[in-house]
Amino acid sequence: MMRVEDLCFSYGNRQVLRDVSFSAEKGDFLAVLGPNGVGKSTLFRCVLGILKGYSGSIRVSGQDIRDLSRREMAGLMSYIPQNHGTAFAYSVLDTVLMGTTHELGTFSSPKAEQVKRAREALAQVGIVELEDRKFTELSGGEQQMVMIARALSQQAGLLLMDEPTASLDYGNREKVLTLLRDLTGHGYTVILSTHDPQHALSYSDKVLALKEGKIEAFGKTSEVLTSDLLNKLYGIHAVIIDTPYGKVVTSVRA
Amino acid sequence: MKRHKPAIILLILSAILAGLFLFSFILGHYDVPLREVVRILLTGKSEDPRMLAAVSNIRMPRIVMACLVGCSLSAAGASFQSVFQNPMASPDILGASSGACFGAALAILLNRSHAGITLFAFFFSLLSIALVYLIGKASRRNRVVAILLAGMMVSSLFSAGTSYIKLVADPGNQLPAITYWLMGSLSGTRKSDVAFVIWPMLAGLIPLLLLRWRINLLTLTEEEAQTMGVHTGRLRLAVIVCATFLTASAVSVSGMIGWVGLVIPHLCRKLIGNDCRWLFPAVMIFGAVFMLLVDNISRNLLTVEIPIGILTAFIGAPFFIFLMTRRESGI
Repeated sequence: MMRVEDLCFSYGNRQVLRDVSFSAEKGDFLAVLGPNGVGKSTLFRCVLGILKGYSGSIRVSGQDIRDLSRREMAGLMSYIPQNHGTAFAYSVLDTVLMGTTHELGTFSSPKAEQVKRAREALAQVGIVELEDRKFTELSGGEQQMVMIARALSQQAGLLLMDEPTASLDYGNREKVLTLLRDLTGHGYTVILSTHDPQHALSYSDKVLALKEGKIEAFGKTSEVLTSDLLNKLYGIHAVIIDTPYGKVVTSVRA
Repeated sequence: MKRHKPAIILLILSAILAGLFLFSFILGHYDVPLREVVRILLTGKSEDPRMLAAVSNIRMPRIVMACLVGCSLSAAGASFQSVFQNPMASPDILGASSGACFGAALAILLNRSHAGITLFAFFFSLLSIALVYLIGKASRRNRVVAILLAGMMVSSLFSAGTSYIKLVADPGNQLPAITYWLMGSLSGTRKSDVAFVIWPMLAGLIPLLLLRWRINLLTLTEEEAQTMGVHTGRLRLAVIVCATFLTASAVSVSGMIGWVGLVIPHLCRKLIGNDCRWLFPAVMIFGAVFMLLVDNISRNLLTVEIPIGILTAFIGAPFFIFLMTRRESGI
């Protein structure tokens, strides 16, 4: 689904990403871990085609994204932002409809077909009843659900998220992650960055750990996500404990 | 039912515009009955040549122009608000009006004709925006912020130029002419003015109407819009060019008419929502209605005509204060 090889990127003289290679298959849930300022956001911006001056290759469904137009890229992957600030309030349905823009002609507006798809996306996320509400009046958790519905209406198989749960409360975080996990069961590929190793442990199949712009570890979550890795990444003492409910990670005082 | 609400609002606005359009022909010093107005509008003939002259040579160009100017300024305001993600943006945000004022003042100083003043104003308005865009492009800052800053700079540069022209202008005839022009007025609008200005206006309005769905996406973050398949840079430039054409052509025939481009889009946002699919048509029709109404007051309230720019501010500013202080306002 997505294959990144030898990705390097610099802002001026400062090299942010060094030889980053990883891949995600259809149905994978890939969690990107790493401390602040390690290049996670830069990685996402490269992969999404927003930053262009990188070296190496980024392939989605076998196609190099350098060869794709914005529209074609929008059909392959969608982006779910962290928090959605907007100057103007739109209804939930209109917000979700915006995801269908890439399939419309430059001079046309969404038709009945797109409206139907937007409603299906709302149903898939389970928020049909919010359709006529104003986006700005929703709670943070609901807003994030709308953003996911918008990504689904885009009909791209790859969902990319830069810390999608950072501004959510405890319950909504789990709700959003459970929904994303369910989506991977329907063939979507999810790549998300997170600050919480527990999220990676509970939900992801694969982990990509970045440190100082380089890959510290990449592989199956059960194999690579160890207390050693967390200690190296964040410089703290973390322990991972097996419980009847799966693995639990917590930091401990040294 | 709820889905049809915007369509019904648009229909009502159109009906108001049509009614007001017809009614405006009756107003004026020379009495023309409604029946005669309708006959002249439909057939272009009348038994009374004075009535024919009043309706088709004097009132017609002015009424059409009021509609066009109102429509253009409001559409330009709504466009700039979306492009700059700023609800306080108005048509003169990039200095198009200052450029036009400088051009008009210069033309009056050089004793140009009526048409010359319009042409100068139009040209300098476009020139000021071109300058703003080039400066913004040369800057290394965030593009949108750079363009806004450049707009303020270029705007004050042209204002200084206008002040200098006022200083050196002949205080007997040129200075009053400049001052009056700057106040904004539609008096003395001729058929030739309409014929000149309608083309750049259409060139601005039609692309905006066609692009209006995508303009919605400009109000999102750069990342979101781009990953949804929109060329934000190109689209933003296209909308700025259209809005500039609208502002330049409106200002060049009417002078400084403030507030319309800020107040009408806000009123329409309250009325019909922020979705540009409905907002843009609503803004265009409502802008025409508002300007026609104000111009009717301007030419009929007192025996001496009140410059329309003064009236729009008198009506616009209190109205904006009302919007601001209302409890559920988003401003």
